[in-house]
Amino acid sequence: MEPLLNVQKLTMDFGGIRAIDRLDVQVHAGQIVALIGPNGAGKTTFFNCITGIYKPTAGHILLQPPGKKQKRLNGLKPNKVTEQGLARTFQNIRLFPNMTVLENVMIGMHCRTNAKIFGAIFRNPQTRKEEQYIVDHSYSILKKVRLQTFANEYAKNLPYGAQRRLEIARALATDPFMLLLDEPAAGMNPQETLELDNLITQIRDEGLAILLIEHDMKLVMSISDYIFVVDYGKKIAEGTPEEIAQNPAVIKAYLGEDVEHA
Amino acid sequence: MLPLKDIRNGLMVAGWFVFLTFPLMVIKVNPVEKTIVWRWPNMLYVAAGSFIAYLYVKLAQKNKKAAILVACWTAYLALPLIRYFMYQDISILIWDTTTSIYAAVGAFHMILTLCLFHKHHILRKILSGIWLLFIGTPVVMLLAQAAGKILLPKIPAALHFLTPFIITIEHIQFWNWIRILWVALACYLLYSSLQTYLASKRNIMPDHLTNEPKIRWSQYLYKRPVYLPLLTFCSTFFLLFPHLFSTYQVNIMISALMYVVLGLGLNIVVGVAGLLDLGYVAFYAVGAYSYALLNMHFDLGFWVVLPIGGILGAFFGILLGIPVLRLRGDYLAIVTLGFGEIIRLVLENWNDFSQGPSGISNIDRPPLPGVDLSLEGSIVYMYYLTIVMVIFTIFVVNRLQDSRIGRAWFALREDEIACQAMGIDKMKTKLTAFALGATWAGMVGVLFAAKTTFVNPASFTFLESAIILCIVVLGGMGSIVGVIISALVLILMPEYLRAFSDYRMLVFGAVLVIMMVFKPRGLISSVRRTYTINDETL
Repeated sequence: MEPLLNVQKLTMDFGGIRAIDRLDVQVHAGQIVALIGPNGAGKTTFFNCITGIYKPTAGHILLQPPGKKQKRLNGLKPNKVTEQGLARTFQNIRLFPNMTVLENVMIGMHCRTNAKIFGAIFRNPQTRKEEQYIVDHSYSILKKVRLQTFANEYAKNLPYGAQRRLEIARALATDPFMLLLDEPAAGMNPQETLELDNLITQIRDEGLAILLIEHDMKLVMSISDYIFVVDYGKKIAEGTPEEIAQNPAVIKAYLGEDVEHA
Repeated sequence: MLPLKDIRNGLMVAGWFVFLTFPLMVIKVNPVEKTIVWRWPNMLYVAAGSFIAYLYVKLAQKNKKAAILVACWTAYLALPLIRYFMYQDISILIWDTTTSIYAAVGAFHMILTLCLFHKHHILRKILSGIWLLFIGTPVVMLLAQAAGKILLPKIPAALHFLTPFIITIEHIQFWNWIRILWVALACYLLYSSLQTYLASKRNIMPDHLTNEPKIRWSQYLYKRPVYLPLLTFCSTFFLLFPHLFSTYQVNIMISALMYVVLGLGLNIVVGVAGLLDLGYVAFYAVGAYSYALLNMHFDLGFWVVLPIGGILGAFFGILLGIPVLRLRGDYLAIVTLGFGEIIRLVLENWNDFSQGPSGISNIDRPPLPGVDLSLEGSIVYMYYLTIVMVIFTIFVVNRLQDSRIGRAWFALREDEIACQAMGIDKMKTKLTAFALGATWAGMVGVLFAAKTTFVNPASFTFLESAIILCIVVLGGMGSIVGVIISALVLILMPEYLRAFSDYRMLVFGAVLVIMMVFKPRGLISSVRRTYTINDETL
């Protein structure tokens, strides 16, 4: 079966520095795929290339939306990428702090709705219906991530773990078929991580593919179906969690070279 | 009472203010007679004023209630003094039988309330009701008297029996309600002070003060029992304004209301979408000149040009918007500043097009179909036009803010990258903000040209942009009520401070600085809309 996301020989240069070096990544429908690697390996850069924040130097990013024609994402603006059905969260939380939790999610639905200026001023029945739909649907998404009690709270007042969950809710509101999560468990305590584990699996079971950057190995090993390991912008390994756990190249990248072999 | 540290700091603050204002307040150079006048008493006033103000602020930080009471007492005692010094009027201070009776009732009621206030819940409510009556009666009677004086000549003689305000020479009933109000206020103030004092003695606050969660004062504005009467009062006031005040006042109010619209328009760009625009006056100029030129060359009327002015404003907004889409913050500010100056310089130097610095005169006033208006009448007409404009703007801006597009603007202000990642087209959103903001400036420009019947480039300097920006920042970014209040304050204050012509800019500046120190988020910070969702249906 054709993968949903097929990244071929993706390369990204910043001046003389090659942040990503001919990276190949495939994500299939219904999978949770993890992208791991040491700090500075180029994982977030990879996300930024796919979602249009950076324009990759070379390579192909091919997206296969279910039931639609294949689309090349290179050079598309971030909002166009989101419109294709690819939503993301950020490593350093980027919510809209002075808007309410519900409004944050409502923003996510922007690209799936189309009220114009005149609709906003005259509030014709169509616009009102759409507004109502936005509120209701956003609220149901909030319920999914169990933030409904905070709906009218400012986003900046939420506890850390809840802010992370809100980022996921906001991404879900864009109605994606694939979710890119950039270190969703960063800074969470074990209890929160466990809840996140359940949430991600639940989202997968609803039919979304998930590409995940994560440092928490316990989480990665427990939920991923497939793992890519990156170091210095190059792919050094790929496989199922069991394969990766025993891969010498991965152990070397994470723990350093064994003294005896040096 | 006051710690020594506060007094020391207060003295330092006073010294600093004396130093700052010394060249303005104390030295007066007369270049004609080549003399220097040293106004030493002014220095004392500044010192005493800043010292007391500092102590008062300290008190306000520690004990809000006491500070409010002090302010009330000061105002209470100062008003008769001011009346005395300005008009030699001591009528408030004279006692007669009615006043004495009123005072006695007040005192009795005060003691009764003080004895009971912490005990009986219902009784306390009744007693507060009587307080309301006690103070309300003179207020209502004063208002009725004033209204009677104004309205009486306008009521047909046949209907006079319906009005209770007929002052016939035979049985003149003279009630000095002001004096009685004064006594009532004294009783009430005394009562509040004693209550606060007793409460602090017993170390228990009256329960209506303790159990409530802390609410910002601006949020009171949106509460129903405050909001509706306030709205009614404001709308009545603004509707009756031209009939209550002189033409001069109406003229000032028209320009203030124009700035309300300008502020609300710029609020879309700066307050809501977060794009710092320092050249907003350019769109204002575009609107004004489009009416002036179209009227001069093609004899187009006000009503035709009003939408054209708006559309031209929007067009120029987009024209400015396109090149600056990639810019943010300081860089955007500089480019928009340049744009504003370019428009003004073009108007100033392109003589064939805009008649240069001498401007365009004899622009038609807005016509009222079928009626030939006198000068005064047309000013009143202009006033109502501006009011309609203000209401229209509030309506549209309010709806825009609370819509899909408005949310996108807010999100753009909060975080541009996240905003794009959520599927919002940054370019489109910014351009609509620029265009819609500029539309209002264009329309007010047309209104301005019609009001003054004369435009020249001197009306559209950077200072105007700065004032409009001040309105938005002082009012509270993104808050409609805040922008309206600050526009009225900022435009009306310099007008009414003309009596202190030497110092009015000083006071203006001081007010701005004080605002920024104590309320950096503006008079009324914007509150996000909350939604109520019926959980059962989902």
